[in-house]
Amino acid sequence: MNRKIRSNSARVTRRTFTLGVGAAALAAPSIGRAQGGPLKVGVLLPRSGFEAGIGQDCQRGVAIAAPILKSLGLPELSIMDGDTESSVETARARAAKMISDGAQCLIGAFDSGQTLAIAQVAEQNGVPLIVNIAAAPQLTEQGYKFVFRNFPTAGMILSDAFTDQKEVFAAVGHSPKTVVFLHVNDTFGTAMSKGINFLMPKFDMPYKIVDEIAYDPAARDLSVEVTKAKASNPDALLVVSRLNDAMLITRELVKQRWTPQAVLSMGPGWYEDEYFKTLGKLSDGPLSFVPWFDPNKKLAQTLEAALAKAYPGVNLNTNHVYTFEALLVAADAYKRAGSTDPKAVAEAIRTTNITDNVSIGGGIAFDAKGQNTKVKDGAIQNRSGKPVVVAPQAAANAKPEWPLKPYQSRT
Amino acid sequence: MPFDVYLNVAVSGLLTGLVYGLMALGLSVIFGVIRVVNFAHGEMMSIAMFLAVVLFSAFHLDPLIMMVPIAAVLFAFGYALQSGLINPFITRPEHSQFLLLVAVGIIIVNVLLIVFGPDARTVQTAYGFDSFQIGPLIVDAAKVYAGAAAVLFAALLFAFFRFTRVGAAIRACADNHTGALVVGLNVERLYALTFGIGAACVGAAGAMMTLIVDVTPMIGPTYTLLAFVIVITGGLGSMAGALLGGLLIGLTEALAGLIFTPSAKSMFAFGILVLVLLFRPQGLLGKRAA
Amino acid sequence: MAARLLAGLPRRAVIALALVVGALVVAPWIVNDYLITVLILILYLAFTGQAWNIMMGFAGQLSLGHALYAGLGAYIAAALFTRYGVGPWVGVLLAMPVAAACGAIIGFLAFRFGVAGVYFAILTIAFAEFARIGFDHLAIVNAAAGLFLPVAQYTHNDLWRLRGDPTMFYYVILAATLAVLALCRILRQSRIGYFWLAIREDEEAARAAGIATFRYKMYAVMISAAVTSFAGVFYAFFYNNLFPEQVFNISQSIQMILGPIIGGVGTLFGPILGAFVLTGLAESLTAALTACGVDLPGAEQVFYGVCLLFVVGALPEGIWPWLSRRCGIAERTA
Repeated sequence: MNRKIRSNSARVTRRTFTLGVGAAALAAPSIGRAQGGPLKVGVLLPRSGFEAGIGQDCQRGVAIAAPILKSLGLPELSIMDGDTESSVETARARAAKMISDGAQCLIGAFDSGQTLAIAQVAEQNGVPLIVNIAAAPQLTEQGYKFVFRNFPTAGMILSDAFTDQKEVFAAVGHSPKTVVFLHVNDTFGTAMSKGINFLMPKFDMPYKIVDEIAYDPAARDLSVEVTKAKASNPDALLVVSRLNDAMLITRELVKQRWTPQAVLSMGPGWYEDEYFKTLGKLSDGPLSFVPWFDPNKKLAQTLEAALAKAYPGVNLNTNHVYTFEALLVAADAYKRAGSTDPKAVAEAIRTTNITDNVSIGGGIAFDAKGQNTKVKDGAIQNRSGKPVVVAPQAAANAKPEWPLKPYQSRT
Repeated sequence: MPFDVYLNVAVSGLLTGLVYGLMALGLSVIFGVIRVVNFAHGEMMSIAMFLAVVLFSAFHLDPLIMMVPIAAVLFAFGYALQSGLINPFITRPEHSQFLLLVAVGIIIVNVLLIVFGPDARTVQTAYGFDSFQIGPLIVDAAKVYAGAAAVLFAALLFAFFRFTRVGAAIRACADNHTGALVVGLNVERLYALTFGIGAACVGAAGAMMTLIVDVTPMIGPTYTLLAFVIVITGGLGSMAGALLGGLLIGLTEALAGLIFTPSAKSMFAFGILVLVLLFRPQGLLGKRAA
Repeated sequence: MAARLLAGLPRRAVIALALVVGALVVAPWIVNDYLITVLILILYLAFTGQAWNIMMGFAGQLSLGHALYAGLGAYIAAALFTRYGVGPWVGVLLAMPVAAACGAIIGFLAFRFGVAGVYFAILTIAFAEFARIGFDHLAIVNAAAGLFLPVAQYTHNDLWRLRGDPTMFYYVILAATLAVLALCRILRQSRIGYFWLAIREDEEAARAAGIATFRYKMYAVMISAAVTSFAGVFYAFFYNNLFPEQVFNISQSIQMILGPIIGGVGTLFGPILGAFVLTGLAESLTAALTACGVDLPGAEQVFYGVCLLFVVGALPEGIWPWLSRRCGIAERTA
């Protein structure tokens, strides 16, 4: 792995615990001093705690980045790894520590709450934050000047999902008339639920939502939820879930002997490696409408190859792609800024225009609020143990299939 | 909603409740006899679940069969934990016990995280996707087997406490600590044995649970809480109470999820807990404290 | 008034206290931003620990669901701010009574029905969980999607609306912690404090001696709840986003009580000492592991757990009683 961890030898920290108080520590603040040498990028991810799996998956995108960036002629980055421990307080403290350790750019953090905490620290210190993955709209609505997001908001994810769904329906010649919306009752799921009720009328979708079922994120047994969904007898199942839930739901579908025409997922889980590995033949068929890479883009193919080499058996997915792209943005901005001064880097990020990227859409460029409005979602379908892209047309490498093959007949 | 939907959900809830009951049984034994608040109960179960997963993925050994060895391993673990670590804390105030076991829980969760990583693991048995169809009823096969195993294990436990001398001795300790000492029972050893037995219950329940849910290192605390709700609802010191509590909670959660919104179904379990604590603190089948 | 507060403390203790408070006051000038953030965390834990201590240490009621009060404070103040533009200092005026009322309800249910000890602790957990799941579905505060406070600017410190520099927040929480410390001292030395001590030591005997135990236990619960809710208001305005899943979580409750238990339940300085020890330990472990190049998520928490075990085992009363005896600054009274 090509990363350097800068040691803390420059600061002496002493704490004594007498009379219930720690003594103040003396430190010379080294907040993002412009120096020569590689750009110090602090990568904050939830590497322990309940989001650990995703954080560690994102980390893979960091691990394979260096050689690829070098081959693109981009300058070297010095990566500092940070663990937010899936907690808002820790995220904020770690961000502050990284900045005082000299980080000149921050990347993170998957979870919207933690990312917001980091954003506040970044903004206060004039250090740019490139959000790799976080969908809460508020991140780019606060008027921050140093926060940049190369990922769609929940609203964008939904809009693209509806568009792609219509494209898929047109391609296969079928549309579901009724769906049940099954979603996890966490930050993302609730945001999507609100968004659906707001956006769906504008897209004139062919289906009606006949029931909305929210389940507890800590639920380990979804039999009741699936029974309830089955009872409405919908044509298709609209889902926002995570990996564990996706597996649980699929198992329940099999056990309760019900195969809907399609599973339309608008979140993570249904395309992840563990899903394929665990369910084997039962994993084929579900459609996911998510931010994804464009298999027809050259850099995507390079990234995929590098991942396959470093982590055989791991499919390229959203976590790797967007974390890599965040590093890409940082390196590209550093090259154009010509300096490690965080403010100069931030200005350079503002004028980013990368068309040779990995994710679907027109490339990477940030609007006045720091949001990349060119990024698009794709529709992927599980086929023989791998996801293939079926929409939009420009990014597709396969044709969609409909309906789901009945679970009972797959052995 | 047609009646058979309710029936399906109720049966599913009851079967899951049996396994919950077995887990709670372990806690009831520990709490009832030693009066130690085992806040690492769910974490101990997660150890058992990971053992089952490992044995299955390495050797393809069915968790139901492995139930016995896993219970034995957990027994040893519990015995060691009690005699080595917890024993001095029995007389300490509750918040100390609590902190001790919270610390143990933290260690267990994070060691599991280091060893197994954060991803969910499952046990995919051959019958993992089977279901029985009896008229309008579609019953999950794995749950039936797990439920049956839970009943069997509980029955064995009843027999142990009812018909063996050691079992009687343990019950004596629970009923009257001083009396037991006076009569000459080796209370320390019996406590360790009891903790071991409680841990064995949790171990067996864990093995069965892998048939129903998937495992991550982080699921421990949720089950600890659930175990306490069941034990208090069913009644401290009553083994039948623990099973009954498990059935009740399993059933209400399932039906509440169906009738109201599933994401709020835990509220009902807590609601029942509050009602029980207020109006029948000894639990449904418990005896009033002397 | 200061004399009354300091009465009974040996001279060494007073000097030490003055030094410590002095160091904390000047800290922002010497220390960098990261350490300010850490100190804010420490003081927050010290504050909530001290508030919890009122109920547990003084009145002997083990509450494991204290996050309920902090969460209520946070949400009430945040909702008032986002919907009606009401500043936090006014929001607090609503948050505290509501939290006290909740505490009163729990206390009433518990004490009237004779729920005590572990059962009481579990009752408190149940209520906190109830709130968590309830708020997860409360559309008025955005349910599980989270309540976000608008973060306007950092150019100047707005104390009235609690918007601004971390240094401003630092002084707010420092002042609050010192205030709650003074409050605890006053309470302890007052009649109510002695009644609490009696109840804690032997409730039946206290009742036999004529103390209205029910009423004083209720006071303890209500005061503890109200003070904790202030911490919640601070939390909301410092972190600017609230999710029921995190705010009412049992792990937050556990975090709040680790400090006092480690530091010394029932003592005055225990919670603060405990907060410093715990946070200092956690941060030092992180720094140590990073320096050694160990990159194992979860390793730090394992060490943390082991340290907790050690402290609980070796120092059952907490660090403060032991430390104060060693340093000769223990109070002369029992």
